[in-house]
Amino acid sequence: MSELDIAGQPPLSLEISQYIRKTRGGKIKTATKSRSDHAIKITIFVLLTLTIYGFATFNYKNVDIAKALAGTWSNIKVLFGQPKLTYGTWGGSLKALFVTFSLGALATIFGAIIAFFGSLLCAKNIANSFVANITKSFVAFIRAVPTILWVLIFTVAAGLGSVAAVIGLTFHSAGYLIKAYAESIEEMDEGTIEALKASGASFWQIVFQAILPSSISRMTAWTFLRFEINFTNALAVGAAAGVGGIGFDLYMAGNHYFDLRELGFITYIVVAAVILLEMIATKIKATVR
Amino acid sequence: MPILEFKNVSKIYNNTTKALTDISFSVSEGEFVSIIGPSGSGKSTILRCINRLVDATQGSIIFDGHDIKQADKKEIRQVRKKAGMIFQHYNLVDRLSVIENVLHGRLGYKSVISGVIGHYTEAEKEKAFQILAMLGLTEQAYKRCDELSGGQKQRVGIARSLMQEPRLILCDEPIASLDPSSSKIIMDYLSNINETMKITCIANLHQVDVALRYAKRIIGITAGQIVYDGPPEKLTKAKIYDIYQSDEGELITDVK
Amino acid sequence: MFVTRKRTFTLAFLGVALIFVISAVATDYEVIGGLESIPKAVVWMARHFIPDAKAWSRLPYILSKLSETALVSVAVTVCAAICAFFFSLPGTKTTKTAPWIARIVRIIAAFFRNVPDIVWAILLLFSFGQNILTGFFALFFATFGMLTRTFIETIDEVSASCVEALYATGATSLQTVFNGVIPSSLPEIVSWVLYMIETNIRSSTLIGMLTATGIGYLFDLYYKRMDYSSASLVVISIVILVIAIEILSNKIRKVIM
Repeated sequence: MSELDIAGQPPLSLEISQYIRKTRGGKIKTATKSRSDHAIKITIFVLLTLTIYGFATFNYKNVDIAKALAGTWSNIKVLFGQPKLTYGTWGGSLKALFVTFSLGALATIFGAIIAFFGSLLCAKNIANSFVANITKSFVAFIRAVPTILWVLIFTVAAGLGSVAAVIGLTFHSAGYLIKAYAESIEEMDEGTIEALKASGASFWQIVFQAILPSSISRMTAWTFLRFEINFTNALAVGAAAGVGGIGFDLYMAGNHYFDLRELGFITYIVVAAVILLEMIATKIKATVR
Repeated sequence: MPILEFKNVSKIYNNTTKALTDISFSVSEGEFVSIIGPSGSGKSTILRCINRLVDATQGSIIFDGHDIKQADKKEIRQVRKKAGMIFQHYNLVDRLSVIENVLHGRLGYKSVISGVIGHYTEAEKEKAFQILAMLGLTEQAYKRCDELSGGQKQRVGIARSLMQEPRLILCDEPIASLDPSSSKIIMDYLSNINETMKITCIANLHQVDVALRYAKRIIGITAGQIVYDGPPEKLTKAKIYDIYQSDEGELITDVK
Repeated sequence: MFVTRKRTFTLAFLGVALIFVISAVATDYEVIGGLESIPKAVVWMARHFIPDAKAWSRLPYILSKLSETALVSVAVTVCAAICAFFFSLPGTKTTKTAPWIARIVRIIAAFFRNVPDIVWAILLLFSFGQNILTGFFALFFATFGMLTRTFIETIDEVSASCVEALYATGATSLQTVFNGVIPSSLPEIVSWVLYMIETNIRSSTLIGMLTATGIGYLFDLYYKRMDYSSASLVVISIVILVIAIEILSNKIRKVIM
């Protein structure tokens, strides 16, 4: 018996019927009318419409998609199947990798120092809300400019080389960490700060004796997570802005030498580094939770 | 013929942890059984072996005349239709309405397509409302489940099970997350359903006093083995300590 | 106790200082030069990095490229999300798929996730050339990998309990997905989609420089021509777009969660 037999059922009593909502066609409704569901439906509808509109208006320049995808597949096979260094060397590649790590490290260190002070201005439980709002808006503005643009802007002002790259990377690094550190500070126990304030401790004393020790483990975790992102950013910036490091090697292999096998070799190195960083990051996330 | 029979059932997880060892018992139709025992003794495993949420390693489980341990996918579906289940944490789809959650009880009967698109017949919807009325939830029918209290959520869970027209209801710690008054309401409903609708009821309870009051039969489990199987009157204090492997004065029920 | 804390602190400080020195040497980073350049850059920006009349005349063109980039981000994220959702289902613990299938799903997702989008872009340039689809597919692969991983986590976290109940009623896997998994995880999925759209707009800017499409290409064009006033207008328009999307996303998140 897969359908209930209407004939065998007694009709619903009046008391129950008054709670039932029906559609215009007389069918019983089942869904709730929540704002949240409406919002989700509208959002999905808008996104799908934009997607279809996008596909309709892109300038495909007569590219043969099937052919290009087939070409991509065979390129992937060469890339991952036959890696070989022709223009670079093992040593050179590892050195370049180290350079990218270093760029990421510098951006992370600078970002962390700036963020430490910035987060003190931002955290809801220790900063006054006017200052916090200004800081948050400033940070939002900085994060709205893509990292590559910061790097290029500073290249003009400060000349080519690692200085521009590191400073450019530091903007987003600091912005991300300010938010993260502020969150860690906000998670602190209210009572500790209140107690120290009540006993007359100065601001900086409270910071170093209470805030820093309680949030340091979370902050360290966030800092390492940012290092992972900074590494990938340094990679991308190296490719697009010619700054050096393994990202630049990637760019040269692909857009200068047009050598798929060299590109494949370098890709393996990059992916290995990314996976390594991700494994460490996952471990760190696990210990913090 | 008993509605449910366990014959020498064992369950070993990952080739190392023995959850159940040689469990045998049978349940007649219309009984109200309560399984008691310490945490990790295997109570949940027994319930889940019945509706094949967990696969027993050895032995045979006969439900309504069929050996369900050998059942294939289609038969498992039939078994689950006949056995309703309610959970400690209610396990509702919180963002959906009460009535939608109740109707989920019919999914076992619906074709895949109508189940997927959520198409229920008018008769099914009316039946759902009748069940809600029986459990005092008609006013909440269109509310989202996350707006309900714990006791109300569990009633929705019971309604969902009743929608299946089950022969048997499995209750996995149904009142463990409820306050004393909600707990009484739920246990009263289960007792009522068992007596008037003649639906067999098997409930895991860790509150021994509740088990003694509502169940007509107690099964005590310790470390995967049955150590008591009989009526509540015969369950002596000594036996209770035996089941929970503790001494006089260490159980909360000892506190006067 | 204070001694050990001081010692750990000092060690950590020395460790970081060491990393700093090594990194600075490795990258030929001039610390003094770095510090000097900041005020220099601020001054330069105040003077040159401001839109002039010529720049404003280019505004319609800038806006069209900007909307192109925005549409690509939306399209990429939506397509990647749909594919990722269905691909992630067998990878979750809640759908009772065999563990070896789940493992393969996770490995494939990890592969797509860990190859940076820039690598995909460089690879795709070979076969697609400088085309809007190059950036599209590059971001698609990267987003697909990221979202699959995220969805697996979300689904396992949010829907595990109700899925068990639905199976217990006799529902099939497909019925359970549509009646339990989707309703319970939808808000978080939408939230992630909004987040990835934001992220992809920024990534598009960089990739656009390589693929000569979108707003990134435009910035690069003006930049290389040293037309910094036009370049600054590009940056301003990007900032406005990103902030607008952020505000909108936050509003939406408040309502749906």
